[in-house]
Amino acid sequence: MEEVMVVGGGPAGLCAAIESARYGVKVILIDENDMPGGQLFKQIHRFFGSAQHRAGIRGYDIGNSLLSESEKLGVRVLLNTVVWGIFQDNFLGIKTEKETKILQAKKIVVGTGALENPLAFPGWTLPGVMGAGAAQTMMNIQRVLPGKRILMIGSGNVGLIVSYQLLQAGAKVVALVEALPKISGYLVHAAKISRAGVQILTSHTIVKADGKGEVKKAVIAKIDENFKMIKGTEKEIKVDLVCIAVGLRPLDELCWMAGCQFTYIPSLGGFIPLHSRDMETTVSGIYVAGDVSGIEEASTAIEEGKLAGIAIAESLGYISKKEAEEKKELSWESLRELRLGSFGEGRQKTKDLILKQYNSLHKM
Amino acid sequence: MKDLRIKKHPILGEAKFGKKITIFVDGKKFSAYEGEMIASALYAKGIRKLRATSKFKEPRGIFCAIGRCTDCVMTVNGVPNIRTCITPVQSGMRVKTQKGLGKWKK
Repeated sequence: MEEVMVVGGGPAGLCAAIESARYGVKVILIDENDMPGGQLFKQIHRFFGSAQHRAGIRGYDIGNSLLSESEKLGVRVLLNTVVWGIFQDNFLGIKTEKETKILQAKKIVVGTGALENPLAFPGWTLPGVMGAGAAQTMMNIQRVLPGKRILMIGSGNVGLIVSYQLLQAGAKVVALVEALPKISGYLVHAAKISRAGVQILTSHTIVKADGKGEVKKAVIAKIDENFKMIKGTEKEIKVDLVCIAVGLRPLDELCWMAGCQFTYIPSLGGFIPLHSRDMETTVSGIYVAGDVSGIEEASTAIEEGKLAGIAIAESLGYISKKEAEEKKELSWESLRELRLGSFGEGRQKTKDLILKQYNSLHKM
Repeated sequence: MKDLRIKKHPILGEAKFGKKITIFVDGKKFSAYEGEMIASALYAKGIRKLRATSKFKEPRGIFCAIGRCTDCVMTVNGVPNIRTCITPVQSGMRVKTQKGLGKWKK
């Protein structure tokens, strides 16, 4: 039996692996891709927050430093390996390039991340309509410009930041539409693209994407306070790419399969596996960290991963309760700081709610 | 001919593309670089339609670009339903626009 298996090599999984390996736990990190790092390598912007949360450092640099740390600590990494199932008593079904097998571990960390939400409108299945994160992967990882004239849907941080990155890559963002009457993300990002000439249209939506076989144009229109289109305000714009940035949802299939209890919190992305302060789910020995435990940011994923790692080292007897408590307190404090302010407060409240529900089940 | 590859980037700098190789797309010779994913190599040259749906024959292309949505599946070396956004090109590879669920090579 293995000691720990971590599913997903993004910031959460990497940090869970690093943190438990730091205290001597033998860890296997599994990732479907040919390189760990998750979505960190497409984040070419500087992170926000304080210095302690690696603010000012670009995502890919954080990715590189986590990779070298995990290497130094001897984390075993299985790449191009898909986890296709999870079964009672911590068995994982995995498929490598050559074989399919079943492995058992004392502890499992699910750090599978999230998937972008789609948005259905006429023409949304046409080639040339893609997630904003997809466009980001295309230009920053694949180095292929996903479009020359772009319509961005959604003014959250993803929509704003990816718009800026599209400009950096040499594209023109023709318009950014937001259904709400105000911008959802940080105003500093909105100001940046606004200065660069992107028109941000609040109370606007996409009516359709059109073109023979692929996107050639889109129609946008103004909407009223009930989100109904105002007739006569339709405007046709020439675009070759429509990007959808309307939030993410947790990739939680493994947690459902494991029988974890869930709660429904729309602001965190939908169904969220209940978890303790140590990031353990309602199934003993199965932990979550990062976006799968509620959509937040890479910086919170890093801290949650650490928490899971410390808690695992503690429960396997590698560190004392006292030492674990001290280490965990640092991460809890860090998370509290990351969840401050008008954007973080809501997340703190919902995370507290998750904890309350978890504790009431466990009658702690 | 148009090439959407980003050679220079203000943050990421000069791109380091791999060795130039030849693959076959719907039977035609096609240039790509080692290390690229099939879908992005095609996209760079303006090929965005990767398959047609079973019932209505509607075009589909890259949607999530991280191997989750399966909208970009094509038939690769005779094997249908390969997620081309996360499958790297290989010299001599045969890539085919997929119709519906595709067919296994007999």
